[in-house]
Amino acid sequence: MQFKSHARSLALVLSLVLVAGCSSRGGTQDGSMDGTNGGAAGTGVSGTGQVSGTGTGTNGDRAGQQADGRIPEVRIIYFDFDRDNIRSEFESVLVAHARYLRSNGNARVVLQGHTDERGTREYNMALGERRANSVKRFLEVQGVSPSQLEVVSYGEERPAVRGHNDAAYDQNRRVVFAY
Amino acid sequence: MKALTTALLSAMLLIFSTLAQANLTIEITRGSDRATPIAVVPFAADGESLPEDVAQIVSDNLERSGFFEPLERGAMYDQPTSSEEVGYGQWRALDVRYLVVGRVAREGEGYRIRYELMDVSGSRRMLGETVTASSNELRGGAHYISDQIFEAITGIRGAFSTRIAYVTAQGAGDDMQFALYVADADGRNSQQVLNSREPILSPAWSPDGRKLAYVSFETERPAIYIQELSSGQRVRATAFEGVNGAPAWSPDGRKLAMSLSKDGQPEIYVMDVAERSFERITNSSSIDTEPAWAPDGRSLLFTSDRSGGPQIYRHDLGSGQVERLTFTGNYNARGRFAPDGQSLFLVHRSNNGYQIARQDLESSRLVVLSDSHWDESPSVAPNGTMVIFATRQGNSGVLGAVSADGRASYRLPSAQGDVREPAWSPFLN
Repeated sequence: MQFKSHARSLALVLSLVLVAGCSSRGGTQDGSMDGTNGGAAGTGVSGTGQVSGTGTGTNGDRAGQQADGRIPEVRIIYFDFDRDNIRSEFESVLVAHARYLRSNGNARVVLQGHTDERGTREYNMALGERRANSVKRFLEVQGVSPSQLEVVSYGEERPAVRGHNDAAYDQNRRVVFAY
Repeated sequence: MKALTTALLSAMLLIFSTLAQANLTIEITRGSDRATPIAVVPFAADGESLPEDVAQIVSDNLERSGFFEPLERGAMYDQPTSSEEVGYGQWRALDVRYLVVGRVAREGEGYRIRYELMDVSGSRRMLGETVTASSNELRGGAHYISDQIFEAITGIRGAFSTRIAYVTAQGAGDDMQFALYVADADGRNSQQVLNSREPILSPAWSPDGRKLAYVSFETERPAIYIQELSSGQRVRATAFEGVNGAPAWSPDGRKLAMSLSKDGQPEIYVMDVAERSFERITNSSSIDTEPAWAPDGRSLLFTSDRSGGPQIYRHDLGSGQVERLTFTGNYNARGRFAPDGQSLFLVHRSNNGYQIARQDLESSRLVVLSDSHWDESPSVAPNGTMVIFATRQGNSGVLGAVSADGRASYRLPSAQGDVREPAWSPFLN
């Protein structure tokens, strides 16, 4: 039990390091006007549920206990402007999905990557894929089999919210878990 | 190969539908200060009521090009219908440089259109021709006449008889409707090519104007399709895992450049359409997408973030050498060559948002052409004089066009939904 918990903590830390490492180069530019407000745009994303994340194994355990038998309820995570790294408040969501997928080897999920509308369409298609791949890598480090995961980028083509302002953009930069 | 399944599909929803119309109208937003004054006199119709005002179509076409400033009909004291009736002095007094007159007569089931072009300052007839058109081709006849007049005066081949493809989208979230259309270059005669509840994007005309390649998510995965416009028949060209995007025909129509992420990051590939074989062109750990062929077919433009943000690069297909072309600003994407290969049109981000810009290849000088904040998807007319692009009017996506020198512009508003992803056809005649 003790060992398992440690293993999980280690896996979580590993995921973060790996994902951070992978996303450090280039970033996900949906198109900042000035390139300066990169990490600061994650203001007031609503409707995602408040998932606290302390970045330790206990957090993963708690989310996991709820998720073992059924698909975790939170199936959308949001991204900062210009970024494809996993925001800390969503780590527990990913851990819960990882646990569900490990316990249900036949389950498959499509990770749908989305961007906001700024920038060219085909370039955004590539950026949406980068976000979904960031989630995929996190789950794989958590022990999920790659055969359970598929990445599909929709770029800016399927906004969750119609609108041309930051509030809409915050809702549209996302990865959706489609089981 | 499973991914290359050449599924010949002709399902109900894919068949050409002329019922579903999405005609666009034209709103001139900026006239060129260098436009040449011309008068297109209403064509005589021998007492008959015609379904189309041929002279008005010609006048609108010439005005839209930015090269001409047509005289208002109310300012015409006289309305001659043939060169013999023209008194040059009064047109000179109106500062008109060129004059177009004509008449339309019934001939069998169709029409016979006679038109003449006069050089007012030289008091001479430059051009005269009789054109026959079937009853539903009066607009086509008017576009043909516009092409002839445009070329006689400017020396540049007219592009009024061309077509545009575009995508419409409505709704948001889980409830969206997408459609692909083709229409005349003036937005009329629209025909639906495809509709879907899943995204459609990146339509690209084959060089012979008979086919469109495009990306459709109808299987809930992106795939590139090639569809013949006359029959509606189509094949799925690629459906690899990951991004299947940005198809671009080679000038000889045999190859399709595209972006595929099947081997990891999106890379540029060239597909031999007949052989269905693929050649990988780029090999980087960055995003490589939005390929476009040089007019001579010997190099490809593409967008890459290998230097951090997106910039436009040129890959020489002979030597394999790659050269970065854009250095102005931190976002330049979706480059398209001008038909003469001397400059490229692209999306440039400035402090003022996203605009269409032209960069001269020799000097690397970049000039912003459009003036909205949300301009994207430039597509160049086959004669290089205009660029059509996607922009926004209020909260709706609309198409806009700007002349290659940035002096003249117009918009093509639509009554329904967002219009985007315009693609200007090659010459069709």
